[in-house]
Amino acid sequence: MSQIDQWIASTAIDGLLHWVDQVAASEKFNTSIATIEGHALQQGILPARYQRNRNLLTCEDQYRLFCSHVVVVGCGGLGGHVIEGLVRLGVGQLTIIDPDIFEEHNLNRQTFCTMSTLGKSKAKITAERAVDINPAVTVTPHVLAFASDNGTMLLSGADIVVDALDNIIVRLELSAVCRELSVPLVHGAIGGWSGQVTSQLPNDNSLETLYAGKEHHTGIENKMGNPSFTPALVAALQVTETTKILLNLGEALSSRVLTIDLLDMEFVEIQI
Amino acid sequence: MISVTVKLFAQFRNDRFKVEQRDYSEPMTTRKILEELEIPADELGVLMINGRHAELDQPLTEGDSVGIFPLVGGG
Repeated sequence: MSQIDQWIASTAIDGLLHWVDQVAASEKFNTSIATIEGHALQQGILPARYQRNRNLLTCEDQYRLFCSHVVVVGCGGLGGHVIEGLVRLGVGQLTIIDPDIFEEHNLNRQTFCTMSTLGKSKAKITAERAVDINPAVTVTPHVLAFASDNGTMLLSGADIVVDALDNIIVRLELSAVCRELSVPLVHGAIGGWSGQVTSQLPNDNSLETLYAGKEHHTGIENKMGNPSFTPALVAALQVTETTKILLNLGEALSSRVLTIDLLDMEFVEIQI
Repeated sequence: MISVTVKLFAQFRNDRFKVEQRDYSEPMTTRKILEELEIPADELGVLMINGRHAELDQPLTEGDSVGIFPLVGGG
């Protein structure tokens, strides 16, 4: 048992490592908060911030999340909520991608768009806010647009990818790169009161089934816009799917798409 | 004649209906239903026939249930 492990074991209370002690350990051993988190989880000690996860995720699950790398493509309506969810959950490594800046019309729904972040890079601000929520998480922002020619580089090392894009053409490019790399892709899309979610596991071609031939068609978001609640809901479902697939829990929403009509509160599952 | 259940979703319901039992003469496809309901085909998202994703030109048969969802692509 290393000195770090011994110190953590002697400091933990009821199997929990409290934040003040996590910081103290990081200072004492001159290492990162993330390193201390890894040492704690490996010996079955839970950083206290995750104590409300304890009855649904085991410490091994929490360690697996800590060791996981999720790429979120898009830091807008869906992406902001997805990233916040993953960071609070304790996913250890995130790569986040968005070329845009926060603008006034994002204020109605994008969780990290505030008066003070207007005009600033979505990817960079989201990375800053994410680390403020959970300093044990390593977030790498890329201020650029995902495309076929940079996709393999951007998704390198990903255990799973979350589609938080806002257009169909790039979604199909993302799906193609995920298939090439055999990485699962959790898809979400929104428009007005509607949304849809599906998980494309390696060897599935769900996104092609849903979108091929519609690359230049206009989704209802262009007519209807997007309110605050639709992205929050669809993002929550995407975080749920990501968690389940990373931890191999429950039944993934694969080979089927969940369509959501919030105006009439209808959730319909369709086999694809 | 065949009887088909047509379910519309989201804004496709506006000035139309949620669900209707409709009679058609064969051969019938969802593409023709869209034309009849004046729904542009490029606004179509998922098309569900009997609970499964399907193509616009799949021939419809007696008792089929067709769900027509608008295209969503936002994020």
